[in-house]
Amino acid sequence: MQRNPQLNANGELQHLLSIEGLPREVLLQILDTAESFAGVTEREVKKVPILRGKSVFNLFFEASTRTRTTFEIAAKRLSADVINLNIAVSSQSKGESLLDTVANLSAMQADIFVVRHGSSGAPYLIARHVKPHEHVINAGDGRHAHPTQGLLDLYTIRHYKKDFRALRVAIVGDVLHSRVARSLIHGLTTLGAPEVRVIGPQTLLPSGVESLGVRVHHDMRAGLKDCDVVVMLRLQSERMNGALLPSAQEFFKQYGLTLDKLSGAKPDAIVMHPGPMNRGVEIDSSVADGPHSVILPQVTFGIAVRMAVMSIVAGNR
Amino acid sequence: MKLHIKNGRIVDPASGKDGTGELLIADGVIAKEIGKADRVIDAKGLVVAPGFIDLAARLREPGFEYRATLESEIEAALAGGVTSLACPPDTDPPLDEPGLVDMLCRRALALSRARVYPVGALTMKLAGERLTEMAELAEAGCVAFSQANSPLADTQVLWRALQYAATFGFPVWLRAEDAWLGRGGVAHEGEVATRLGLPGIPAFAETIALATLLELARATRARLHVCRLSSAGGVELVRAAKREGLPVTCDVAVHHLHLSERDIGYFDSNCRLEPPLRSERDRDALALGLEDGTIDCACSDHTPVDDDGKHLPFAEAEPGATGLELLLPLTLKWGESRKLGIAKTLARITSDPARVLGVPSGLAPGAPADIAIFDPAATLRVSAEALKSQGKHTPFAGYELQGRVRYTLVGGHLVYEA
Repeated sequence: MQRNPQLNANGELQHLLSIEGLPREVLLQILDTAESFAGVTEREVKKVPILRGKSVFNLFFEASTRTRTTFEIAAKRLSADVINLNIAVSSQSKGESLLDTVANLSAMQADIFVVRHGSSGAPYLIARHVKPHEHVINAGDGRHAHPTQGLLDLYTIRHYKKDFRALRVAIVGDVLHSRVARSLIHGLTTLGAPEVRVIGPQTLLPSGVESLGVRVHHDMRAGLKDCDVVVMLRLQSERMNGALLPSAQEFFKQYGLTLDKLSGAKPDAIVMHPGPMNRGVEIDSSVADGPHSVILPQVTFGIAVRMAVMSIVAGNR
Repeated sequence: MKLHIKNGRIVDPASGKDGTGELLIADGVIAKEIGKADRVIDAKGLVVAPGFIDLAARLREPGFEYRATLESEIEAALAGGVTSLACPPDTDPPLDEPGLVDMLCRRALALSRARVYPVGALTMKLAGERLTEMAELAEAGCVAFSQANSPLADTQVLWRALQYAATFGFPVWLRAEDAWLGRGGVAHEGEVATRLGLPGIPAFAETIALATLLELARATRARLHVCRLSSAGGVELVRAAKREGLPVTCDVAVHHLHLSERDIGYFDSNCRLEPPLRSERDRDALALGLEDGTIDCACSDHTPVDDDGKHLPFAEAEPGATGLELLLPLTLKWGESRKLGIAKTLARITSDPARVLGVPSGLAPGAPADIAIFDPAATLRVSAEALKSQGKHTPFAGYELQGRVRYTLVGGHLVYEA
């Protein structure tokens, strides 16, 4: 087996490609660094000079508003120059290959590539071909990983719940297609959460998902019982009517999070969602806007977490 | 040309013979006496065996000449000791009309190197709708009919195609993969695909299709050869069918004897293969199946892919690996891991595929002098530079494998020497 391609020879974070395989110390380093940046985002002058003179290329082969914007804000608060490339509508449609695109941008003196791609593993391919001083941050690849989302989820959980080692966490919905779920599961198991549950119909759970270290529930109420954290996943509209699910209505009835279903969780349970939400499909508005919801703070924490990741990788060669 | 091969270890799987001796060749065949030899080859320390027969080697002509040409791939075959090869019909256009087959045969003949046996398309454009003119194609040189890697979804067409082929006694070589269950998949549906977020192809995509194929073979009495078995369940189904007496044969790609889904590692596109690499349990069942004869032979499933086709995210990368030059070392590695004698090991790439193909193989006097002479102890470090094939991509890059071909003879001509 090859060496984990995201760590350098000293075991430091060279690229951030996946939470899987990252040592506990590295995860904690990112979370602690993010905590120190949280203050910056609340100051009147929201800038630190850590990445001054560095160029961050946002390479989005797949459309995204929220993730791209928070990366952009994070980079700017670190004083980096940010270049946004919406490749979904530029060179790829002219037939340029992924590696050619990257080589061209590299020739423009990039320091960090933030990559979102529809194909699992694409950031690994890029990381194998960039120069030693360049860093790749995975901003979501296919169904595989979305490590900064996973990290901001971990940050949020730690913010509200302090200790991972006493937590029961439920992840609900379309786990099969979810890079968010995979990243969070690896993070939680690495940080010692004793019980991670996934809840959904068989059609939306990947085969052998137990091998990731989770317990499978098909019944929402049983799955939510006594949970400290409930993470709802987005259900893509193209998957609502077909061979995976009969309808959004039936899904909502079985697996949509309502106040009633949530009442089986711990009284102080928090509810998270990576966004964008489908109200009335996976989550009821009364929950999304209710007292258990920490969905908007997640977005705010996301900026600090992305600042932490960029500043850490940029400091490692 | 009269050749005298002396001091070699002569291994003839067809007769089970294995011992030091000499081999005489004249007029393209193995002879008892030749008088004075034009050339003497001292094969001390080398194994002298029948040339290897590969049931699946893509030469990429016509249509994919930018990936490989007949010349480059036949050179690769000879460097690997492969003297006969069957090429699947997934060229561009596919081998679905006699003119194309005729041209391919003429091109191969003009090179007068390895023997090339085209496998014709079972359906036009491999689209699974209309039968090809099998009788015409057979006349042009096709030895069997196949869908290559395009599964035939419509079982009505599949049934009729097998009936039609059976009418003329034409062999049908098919991979067992359900068209719907395999749709969109790029890796074995299992632990690794779940972890990496890759769309999966379940093992039952193979067993369900295989059960259909076996049932149709029973009904139509078609001569069925199952290509590239990949799962333990598939091996079990073939084992049961053979026990029952069904005249079915099958092969396995040599990669699948050694690798599993775990070798995908961090999205190594060299491990993007069709069928996919499955679990370690599947791999072990394939290795055992080849040993006990459930699986008749190993093939290279040689598929040259260029850099552009492989330097892509895993799911978008083109499936396939180069294999002609690795067939011998990987088969030897399998034989060694199963503790098999060299004659039994080599049978799986000589006399057994010859039986499937319906061609002679062996070192008895009078047999065509197709011969591979190799050093079983010499090491091959697999790298792009070490390969003659235009396809440089293989999951075995960087491996050190044992077994290097020194001489290859086809029809008594010395066509490769290293």
